[in-house]
Amino acid sequence: MSSSLYVLEPGFLTTVQDLGRPLGEPLGAPAGGAMDRFALMAANALVGNPPGAAVLEFALLGPSFQVGFSEACGVLVAAAGRGFRLEVGGRAIPLWMAAWARCGETITLRTEGGGWGYLAVSGAGGIAVPEVLGSRSTCLRAGFGGLEGRPLQAGDLVPLSEAQASDYERAGLELPEELRPVYSDHPVIDVILGPQPDAFTPDAVESFLNEEYTLTPACDRMGYRLSGPALSRRSTGELLSEGVAFGAVQVPQDGQPIVLMADRQTTGGYPKIAVGCGTSLPLLAQCPPGGTVRFRGVSVAEAQERWRRMQWTISSIG
Amino acid sequence: MFPTFAPCGDSALLVTLGDRIDLALNRRVHALARRLVDDPRPGLVVAVPGYATLLVHYDPLLLGYDEALEWLQSQVRRVQEGGDEAFPAPRRVVVPTLYGGMYGPDLDFVAEHCNLPAQEVVRRHTARAYPVYMVGFAPGFPYLGGLDESIAAPRLPSPRLKVRAGSVGIAGAQTGIYSVDSPGGWRLIGWTALKLFDPARSPASLLAPGDLVRFVETQP
Repeated sequence: MSSSLYVLEPGFLTTVQDLGRPLGEPLGAPAGGAMDRFALMAANALVGNPPGAAVLEFALLGPSFQVGFSEACGVLVAAAGRGFRLEVGGRAIPLWMAAWARCGETITLRTEGGGWGYLAVSGAGGIAVPEVLGSRSTCLRAGFGGLEGRPLQAGDLVPLSEAQASDYERAGLELPEELRPVYSDHPVIDVILGPQPDAFTPDAVESFLNEEYTLTPACDRMGYRLSGPALSRRSTGELLSEGVAFGAVQVPQDGQPIVLMADRQTTGGYPKIAVGCGTSLPLLAQCPPGGTVRFRGVSVAEAQERWRRMQWTISSIG
Repeated sequence: MFPTFAPCGDSALLVTLGDRIDLALNRRVHALARRLVDDPRPGLVVAVPGYATLLVHYDPLLLGYDEALEWLQSQVRRVQEGGDEAFPAPRRVVVPTLYGGMYGPDLDFVAEHCNLPAQEVVRRHTARAYPVYMVGFAPGFPYLGGLDESIAAPRLPSPRLKVRAGSVGIAGAQTGIYSVDSPGGWRLIGWTALKLFDPARSPASLLAPGDLVRFVETQP
């Protein structure tokens, strides 16, 4: 019999997320998915799930749960991300470590600074909500996916996949310190210039790659608004609306860049000066408002090599 | 000068076929998208059509940038060689619409702005079939082309906090249908009971790029 988590405290913006819903994009549905994909994939790997299984994502304020009955007498959990502490049945468990939570025990995510946090639970599909358009991610904009298309509330029962008695043996498994992301309030973000670098003056590209940009308070799952030296465009017109990627740095008329994140609209008409690399986007996602970032241009080949190495790190867990 | 191919980060590639809103150009975008779906290769994740672009997401673990580029270049060539005759006839979709009153609170504004009786605005709005250039911005939201310029109207000075799904509006020389409840600044002239987006339905989006939409006036 499969188990569930009973929500004691919902935390802030706690939603079911996976690697997102690309099949929704041609239909105008935001891709969604975890803001920090490294934390999602690592947490899943620690509990023995496929890297893209559905997990719980939360921000700033951590949730708490009680583990429901299961035939395996418990569930294997792992928390990852930035700014939280995990407690299972009162025992402190570091992030990036798998732990066994017995039926009836309480799982608490305590805020310690608070960024984006993730809780993975063992079971092939992770959190066992139905797939919609190929994904279990919550689409808050249109209210579907995840648990009834909304953030968790106190009293919800979060359905889990079947646990295996052997999951217990993974408890204590951890991601070695040197393989963890180095989150910072001042990260360097690798980007690939384009697809419209010619829409900007050479000075703008120069500023973008050499100056510091500050994260404003207007940062959410849709996008992060930055402030810094204005990026001037060669022409004032907008582009025809086109598809936009996770991490695309779009620049409206005022010259202040906006990095498009997981819940971005599927199409946009502002020119993009660059797109963040998959290995750097977790660092940007976990940088708080008031933090500063610098951008570094890399080649596609270099970025793809780093991405392969990151996947290798994740697949080496356990 | 076109087509152009450019990286969009490390896992997407933007194919640009032109730089204007043009029905024939847009149909080539959709023909290319269909080719990729019908003849996929490992590593293709999804292709997102724009007015004149196709954003192709791929998995760099299965498909490197150079391979993806070469593949897309050959697919674009094939679409261009196929010519415009190869495109299938568009699907026609009728959207029954209640105009004015509580359903279209801005119909009178549009009429006054255009110096036309309200009924004439409705007649002109229902007189044409509008091509769906793309679906984007919000789930199921169609970008429609071809509004009669004589019934164009400016957006609201400040957007409404909530516009009901199904509301039919005009913004500048565009017309559209709100597909989900959302804030919005378009002038609302009517409302349809059709659900433009329903994740439980297949396909989830009522309208697909390439469709022709016809509004038909109905009474409550």
